[in-house]
Amino acid sequence: MSCMRRFCHETQSHDSLHSCMCRRSVALLLLKMSEERDPAALSGSAQTEGEEDLFVSAMESPEAARLSAEDISPSSNGPRDDDPDDPDDLFAEATEEVSLDSPERQPILSDGPSPAITPVTISPRVDVFDRSPDLDEDEEENRDTFDIQISVSDPEKVGDGMNAYMVYKVMTKTSLSIFSRDEVCVKRRFSDFLGLHSKLASKYMHMGYIVPPAPEKSIVGMTKVKVGKEDLSSVEFVEKRRSALERYLLRTVKHPALLKDPDVLQFLESSELPRAVSTQALSGAGILRMVNKAADAVNKMTIKMNESDAWFEEKQQQFENLDVQLRKLHASVESLVCHRKELSVNTASFAKSAAMLGNSEDHTALSRALSQLAEVEEKIDQLHQDQSYADFYLISELLGDYVRLITAVKGVFDQRMKAWAKWQDAQVMLQRKREAEAKLQYASKPDKLQQATDEIREWEGKVQQGERDFEQISKNIRREVGRFEKDRVKDFRVVIIKYLESLVHTQQQLIKYWEAFLPEAKAIA
Amino acid sequence: MKQTFCVIFKKESSIIAVDSISCGPHCLMNVDLQTDATLQVDISDALSERDKVKFTVHTKSTLPNFKQNEFSVVRQHEEFIWLHDSFVENEEYAGYIIPPAPPRPDFDASREKLQKLGEGEGSMTKEEFTKMKQELEAEYLAIFKKTVAMHEVFLCRVAAHPVLRKDLNFHVFLEYNQDLSVRGKNKKERLEDFFKNVVKSADGVLVAGVKDVDDFFEHEKTFLLEYHNRVKEASAKSDRKIRSHKNAADDINRIASTLYTLGTQDSTDLCKFFLKVSELFEKTRKIEARVAADEDLKLADLLKYYLRESQAAKDLLYRRGRALVDYENANKALDKARAKNKDVLQAETTQQVCCQKFEKISESAKQELIDFKTRRVAAFRKNLVELAELELKHAKGNLQLLQSCLGVLKGDT
Repeated sequence: MSCMRRFCHETQSHDSLHSCMCRRSVALLLLKMSEERDPAALSGSAQTEGEEDLFVSAMESPEAARLSAEDISPSSNGPRDDDPDDPDDLFAEATEEVSLDSPERQPILSDGPSPAITPVTISPRVDVFDRSPDLDEDEEENRDTFDIQISVSDPEKVGDGMNAYMVYKVMTKTSLSIFSRDEVCVKRRFSDFLGLHSKLASKYMHMGYIVPPAPEKSIVGMTKVKVGKEDLSSVEFVEKRRSALERYLLRTVKHPALLKDPDVLQFLESSELPRAVSTQALSGAGILRMVNKAADAVNKMTIKMNESDAWFEEKQQQFENLDVQLRKLHASVESLVCHRKELSVNTASFAKSAAMLGNSEDHTALSRALSQLAEVEEKIDQLHQDQSYADFYLISELLGDYVRLITAVKGVFDQRMKAWAKWQDAQVMLQRKREAEAKLQYASKPDKLQQATDEIREWEGKVQQGERDFEQISKNIRREVGRFEKDRVKDFRVVIIKYLESLVHTQQQLIKYWEAFLPEAKAIA
Repeated sequence: MKQTFCVIFKKESSIIAVDSISCGPHCLMNVDLQTDATLQVDISDALSERDKVKFTVHTKSTLPNFKQNEFSVVRQHEEFIWLHDSFVENEEYAGYIIPPAPPRPDFDASREKLQKLGEGEGSMTKEEFTKMKQELEAEYLAIFKKTVAMHEVFLCRVAAHPVLRKDLNFHVFLEYNQDLSVRGKNKKERLEDFFKNVVKSADGVLVAGVKDVDDFFEHEKTFLLEYHNRVKEASAKSDRKIRSHKNAADDINRIASTLYTLGTQDSTDLCKFFLKVSELFEKTRKIEARVAADEDLKLADLLKYYLRESQAAKDLLYRRGRALVDYENANKALDKARAKNKDVLQAETTQQVCCQKFEKISESAKQELIDFKTRRVAAFRKNLVELAELELKHAKGNLQLLQSCLGVLKGDT
């Protein structure tokens, strides 16, 4: 395993060259390992458990009132439930068929109709797009089943005052071969997660991979925690963040390419992680990020792409619409959560006043009935509170996650536009160089002519590369979008069914309470 | 755009089925009023115009005082208040709990919402607009029905009271088919009323401080004071609770609409899913809104009514207390007069008058307070039972909808 560790260290630098070489070596290593390893040992005990338990978090936060385990575990990652039974599901889109014997792989082009390309010498830079991990994934995942459990738990406050921060325990249980141990436990802080995301984004976004976005920063929330307010809102904030971090990690490892990424592996396994300083908002990197974002926005407006493929246009429009509706839905659900909390509070205060009324009532039977009413209302208030937690953790957070995911999806489409623009620019340059060469031919300056011809060859190569890149990113996006949609369908289905089940539970409890009260009311004589 | 909202409420064809709006002596809060053929009063019709509500008061009577056996007149809210005030000011009725006056019909909030909706018509889709308009119309109708019920209850209580039903003003109110020319109080009168109330509450405190010889009344005094306050608090809290409930139901409405849009737009298998869930939420929202409305009717209105009644009972006790103080003062004056042997006869007559007044009030007050308790217990029982039954009905309805939808959705996968 030491060789793997060495490669992991190399990924510290964001140099994509290193990372691609690293990945290639890791991939080779994995293939060797998988060939040696006994496939039979792979099916973990997790397979026998029901889908529900797959991602149960290790820690149940006592403050958050949870519904009973058999109905709902909001701390379980419902939306991240994956079907362990068909690992092939994830890779139905991947169509690469590769012979594993040749260690020297030829650049794989898209399997769709592609323009004829003259073979070109490959510079290492090229590998970034060609080393599509689906070559390895197919084989890998066919042998390993998707068996990995991640939990984020035990938030602990470290330090004091404004320099304090929360540290979370990240526990990984897996039987996948790429991990060095079956069970790993590490401590991570929020900026570590952000750092991981920024590394992954810089490596994979421009290839058209949808990198799951990290949870958002919250200055207000964190300040309260730092200052040491032990009130309900800061407890809720920490719990909300813990849950979001867990979902983030699960989404990340669900992505077949990201799972193999050494940064991810290092994040999950290594006990010491260099502090990701560049994620701070006011750092140099932070400012650079903001500048880049602005530049991107401007570029987006100026690039007018000739969309030859209707699929992309259609999909972009669909995601636009989905974005609008999801945001609207999210806002309504947040409002519902708020009102239900209010309802719970008001029901509790009504219960108290009803109890007082019962006390002052001098007719004994009526007095008793009123006290009973007060008790029923108190139980109902607890019910409302639980329901509001379900509203929040099931639906609201899922919608929030998807709103952010769709932003990532739109980002990926933008990357494709950028790739197209780069290709077009290369073509323009090539044209210019050809014109320049033609001019030089008339002027007959032999030395400059040679340089011009060289430049033409260089730019021809760039054009071809640009086209290949564009094709590759388009192909990747198609696959990614297919996978994304599949996941989306699954997520929403699972969550909505869970949510409806929580509503069923609430109604059943209501029936129970009122049925108990009715004879009391009838007994008033 | 200005909207003139005109609602004609006919009992036979109610647009919304509201279970508890009833007619005749079986009024909302008064369970045990006997079906008395000699005098039956109800509100058979009502019309809401811009800022006025016109009630059609329908009377059926076999009493000889009336010219006909069955007749109707149109009355407005101010005329009800006039009637109530005439009872209060009548010394003869000092010993009775005067049925509390119905609250003024208040459509302001609803009207404002309707207007806002009209203004915002351009900014929402046709379906959303029609949906919201229907909602607001339903709300308006519900408030309308409530105010009709309140006015009816008042009349029923008067008609059921053995003494008040014979009141001349009441008969005029029922029969005189011209306008009673009762105007609302002008500013001067309102100011007078205000000062009168201030004096009265100060006096009330003084009077309440006097310890009563009679245990029954002493107990009633302490009981009513505490009870009134508790009812006030419970009433306020139940209002807040019901408002939150309505807000939550509104949210579910919006969620249902957005899910519908998502369902129509989605290209994956989720479209059917979303449409089904949207349909479900539409239905459950209606049920949630009904739950809030029923709680309002059975619980909040009950509490509000007994807030007013307990105030009327307190007023009775105050009048009795006042009479007691007058009696005791008259006694002291008589003793003083006898001691000085001056104006003895006058003092004696005053004392006699006070004594009679006090005893008359005490006698009827005792019966009134006992009746009040009986009525109260019966009303609470009826409403609590009905509340529990309605809550159960709605919860079961909700449950069935949810379960059948779940069945379909799970089966689809």
